[in-house]
Amino acid sequence: MTAPKRTPLFDAHVAAGAKMVDFAGWEMPIHYGSQLKEHEIVRSDAGMFDVSHMTVIDISGSDAKAWLQQLIANDVAKLPFEGKALYSGMLTEDGTVVDDLIVYLTSYGYRMVVNAGTTDKDLAWMDSHKAGFDVSLNVRRDLAMLAVQGPTAIAKVCAVKPQLADAIQSLKVFQGLPAGDWFFARTGYTGEDGLEIMIPAGEAITFFNELVAAGVAPIGLGARDTLRLEAGMNLYGHDMDETVSPLQAGMGWTIAWEPASRDFIGRKALEAQKAAGVPMKQVGLVLEGRGVLREGQKVVVEGVGEGIITSGTFSPTLKHSIAIARVPAATGDNAQVDLRGTLTAVRVVKMPFVRNGKKVFN
Amino acid sequence: MSIPADLKYVASHEWLRLEADGSVTVGITEHAQELLGDIVFVELPKVGAQLAAEEQAGVVESVKAASDVYAPIAGEILEVNAELEAAPELANSEPYAAGWFFKIKPANAADLDSLLDAAGYAKEIGA
Repeated sequence: MTAPKRTPLFDAHVAAGAKMVDFAGWEMPIHYGSQLKEHEIVRSDAGMFDVSHMTVIDISGSDAKAWLQQLIANDVAKLPFEGKALYSGMLTEDGTVVDDLIVYLTSYGYRMVVNAGTTDKDLAWMDSHKAGFDVSLNVRRDLAMLAVQGPTAIAKVCAVKPQLADAIQSLKVFQGLPAGDWFFARTGYTGEDGLEIMIPAGEAITFFNELVAAGVAPIGLGARDTLRLEAGMNLYGHDMDETVSPLQAGMGWTIAWEPASRDFIGRKALEAQKAAGVPMKQVGLVLEGRGVLREGQKVVVEGVGEGIITSGTFSPTLKHSIAIARVPAATGDNAQVDLRGTLTAVRVVKMPFVRNGKKVFN
Repeated sequence: MSIPADLKYVASHEWLRLEADGSVTVGITEHAQELLGDIVFVELPKVGAQLAAEEQAGVVESVKAASDVYAPIAGEILEVNAELEAAPELANSEPYAAGWFFKIKPANAADLDSLLDAAGYAKEIGA
């Protein structure tokens, strides 16, 4: 067992009173007092998450585009201008998910952000699929990353970086902006407006403290999970992994089928799955009574079959429990969940549950 | 970490307070609420229920996890904290006061004597 790694912001978390826990081999803040309060701050004001444990990979070389077009299921040819971002799965030959990621078009090629817990296998996977391509990967361990999220997040970042305010405010959703060694992207994992900002590691703590002074609260990984679940966003290793097809994990929209000639890894398997009929689908579950839906609980759909909860929690915004589940494709509006031995009725809904602070499902 | 000296404790993280009328008030310790994090639901026993020691008396659900609450001694449930059902966060903010769970009439008053005192519980949790 190796000692957990620390991000460049470790000392700032400790100074802010964080409770630190091990997360994917990193010592990370789970909360700074109350997960529920932190959740509420992001929905109503502005909070920041240290996401420096995620891995930034710069991709260059004359074949960078062609390489990515066969490596990932979405198509980087869709990126119309520098800074634009694309969400995609990276798949196995069997059509299951190696990881989910974001890739930006840049002046030198592409910038990719992958999950912390999957970084080692992702890099090994990429290396093993480089033969014949002129492509080089630069893992940017010299960068920290802060996600600043919430309805006032962009205004507060602009207050700290007034010289960049005009450029930041002009960013469209899913668009990034390089500024020297920094990179500002209007992306996130909360269902709120905001930015994900890559920062030279040595400047991270100063920026963190400036944001605190501007009224941005530090938020732990606990609230990050309840926020992304309310937003209906997948978490790798829970809602999908190398045993699950993207077609059964709500990721169908991330697969670029056209042009049909683009032979990305996993394409043949996905086409076979589609032809055979996809037996399971991803849905949202809502429990309006007491109790909390949890990952791993069995979902029973009468007369249809069984499924499983892949992520579940108490929704701080809705004040009741919500879950992401993989259920039989024929599931309708109702199901039951085995809640600690009691079959309990739940509603099946289309996600997300919450966007921009408000309930969105029916 | 607050572990009041006038209370008794069990290793499953419930505290007990012997009241003047011979009844015993039960709650979960500050250490327990800290382990659970933000508490969002509690399920309390029925008044009049006869419980054996270590029998399940309720459930406490936090954002993070669900955990059973046990009757630390045998007896009859005399009263439950309705205020806690409406405001479960009291178990986080005031675990030894407004966040109490239930009152029990001990089947055998001497059962309290064998439970942990504050020093014993502190040792149990490594505090």
